[in-house]
Amino acid sequence: MSFDASAGRAPTPVYLRLTDVVKTYDGRTNAVDGVSLDIRRGEFITFLGPSGSGKTTTLMMIAGFEALNGGSIELDGKDLARSRPYERNIGVVFQNYALFPHMTALRNIEFPLRMRHFPKSDIKKRAEQALALVGLSRFADRHPRELSGGQQQRVALARGLVFDPDLLLLDEPLGALDKNLREQMQVEIKRIHREIGITTIYVTHDQTEAMTMSDRVAVFSGGKLAQVAPPLEVYNRPANRFVGEFIGDSNFFEADVDPKRPGWVDIPAIGPVRVAEDHGRLPSQGTIDLLVRPERIKILTANDGDHMNALDMTIDALVHYGDSVLAIGTSRGRPLRMRVAGTPPAELKEGARLRVGWAPQDAHAVARS
Amino acid sequence: MTATTITDTPRHRPLESRSAAAWLLLTPGSLFLILLFVVPIGYVLLLSFTEPKVSLDHFRRIFTTPLYTSVMINTFRTSLIVTLSCLLLGYPLAYVIARRNDAVSLIFLTLVGLSFWTGFLVRTYAWLVILGNRGPVAATFGVLGLEPPQLLFTSFSSTLGMVNILLPYMVFALLSVMKKIDPNHMRAAASLGAPPTAAFRTVFLPQSLPGVVNGSVLVFTVCLGFYVTPILLGTPRDMMISQLINQQIEELLAWGFAAALAVVLLAVTSFLMILYNRFVGLDRLWG
Repeated sequence: MSFDASAGRAPTPVYLRLTDVVKTYDGRTNAVDGVSLDIRRGEFITFLGPSGSGKTTTLMMIAGFEALNGGSIELDGKDLARSRPYERNIGVVFQNYALFPHMTALRNIEFPLRMRHFPKSDIKKRAEQALALVGLSRFADRHPRELSGGQQQRVALARGLVFDPDLLLLDEPLGALDKNLREQMQVEIKRIHREIGITTIYVTHDQTEAMTMSDRVAVFSGGKLAQVAPPLEVYNRPANRFVGEFIGDSNFFEADVDPKRPGWVDIPAIGPVRVAEDHGRLPSQGTIDLLVRPERIKILTANDGDHMNALDMTIDALVHYGDSVLAIGTSRGRPLRMRVAGTPPAELKEGARLRVGWAPQDAHAVARS
Repeated sequence: MTATTITDTPRHRPLESRSAAAWLLLTPGSLFLILLFVVPIGYVLLLSFTEPKVSLDHFRRIFTTPLYTSVMINTFRTSLIVTLSCLLLGYPLAYVIARRNDAVSLIFLTLVGLSFWTGFLVRTYAWLVILGNRGPVAATFGVLGLEPPQLLFTSFSSTLGMVNILLPYMVFALLSVMKKIDPNHMRAAASLGAPPTAAFRTVFLPQSLPGVVNGSVLVFTVCLGFYVTPILLGTPRDMMISQLINQQIEELLAWGFAAALAVVLLAVTSFLMILYNRFVGLDRLWG
């Protein structure tokens, strides 16, 4: 719950509340280890983490497919533990779509309406509206095997939304699609979220998806929440080294805080560097991890003032991405990565020795755990 | 030009020589089948209308004599009962094995497998012991002070024996289809508001129907030609067609008539297989 405040927004009523949720399969290790999280109505939140971090298990507990071993889940003030999955009003979209192969697209979408005993006249109308919402009206009578992966995913999405669920859960829904289609579906899912404003939990291990789609990202690690914050904050101000390394490319330096020299930390072998203090995370002494994103490091010119933290970089390899170049090299024996956007300057060559640096406010210090 | 050079390399041998090698590999198996299967069946076919003289009298007799038509009807009725019993017993068993992925499912699977690999003759004799006068069933009735009913050598015992022997076929046929049903389908159904029974009825059952058809065709056709179990456990009053064939040969030396009966059995079985192939596809019989 403490994470909710970190989003830095005006407090709105909590819609879904996870309190100290625990799940264990073998009785010894916890797959989900005390997860507490508040989700607001209409929010799009992403559970991001490597496989085995507990994100999918948490989702399955919200859906009701897995029982809790501890803690509670409340939806709109009501404890969910008492209701079976089919009594909850939650739409789930599975990674492999889980469309019923013996039903047409339209029948698949009508399924939840029939199970919930919607009036007959309503069923067809709603199902057709849902098909239109995902742009598949022409494919109503196709069976899932006659649809492409992206179309199947849209049908699954329509099926999960058609009965006006309180919550939409998406379990790595784009994992089976190729890159272009994935981006297209990301936009599509965001559009649908905007249109109907449903509270959405999106599970993925793809940091790009998390970054581009979410209001907030909940980063899972080892069954615990490592950080819950808006995407840019997770990127720019990771709570710890794990988050910083999991999301985006990173340079991490171990650095010692000198209590006698505020505003400076000492990186062994490289020397003292300036840090901005306004992050408020800097302890008064001890060792910290200093994160500098590769795109924050730039080649210094004579015009750059001496407020920049400067060091010498030997370029070992260049990786061209088209829109940018990643330079991989070392500085005094320590690995260093620098990303230069646009056309690379002439002096950026393999084997070159360059003066590079970053502004103090572009580094982010995290306490060592 | 490049294409020519590639095909000319020794690694790419001409198509004819490769197919010649394939034919060579097929020869032993084909010879075996022709000598021991095709030739005898051809001979039976020949006998059915040439022994003792060239005529279709045997077939006319089969379809006009009440005794023989009743054997045919009994064969079909028994096969149907066995098939339905296997389905009723096998479906829940296969369901549990397919849906649970734990020790319980492993134990059931092992039991079905053991039963499958134990010779059917052994299992038939086991029923002789179990249902016999000195067997555990009779003993239980004795302890309760009741006269044990006649279980052995009835149509009940013969049906029971056949169900026992054919159940694994049904279970495996069902299992191969049920295992392919995505477990997430049942979760999806639940999340969409379907209670377990409705989810089963609307999602699982329809998807398992190919297994039901496979298993039923398999059990039914095997049952049509069943011989040993009905003769050891059953009664001559409920004769199956293969018993009749045996009787005609062993006791009456009526080779021609027996051959005609065998041809009828073969024709019915083939007809079923053709139907199955038409609507499902023979290649799917074993999953």
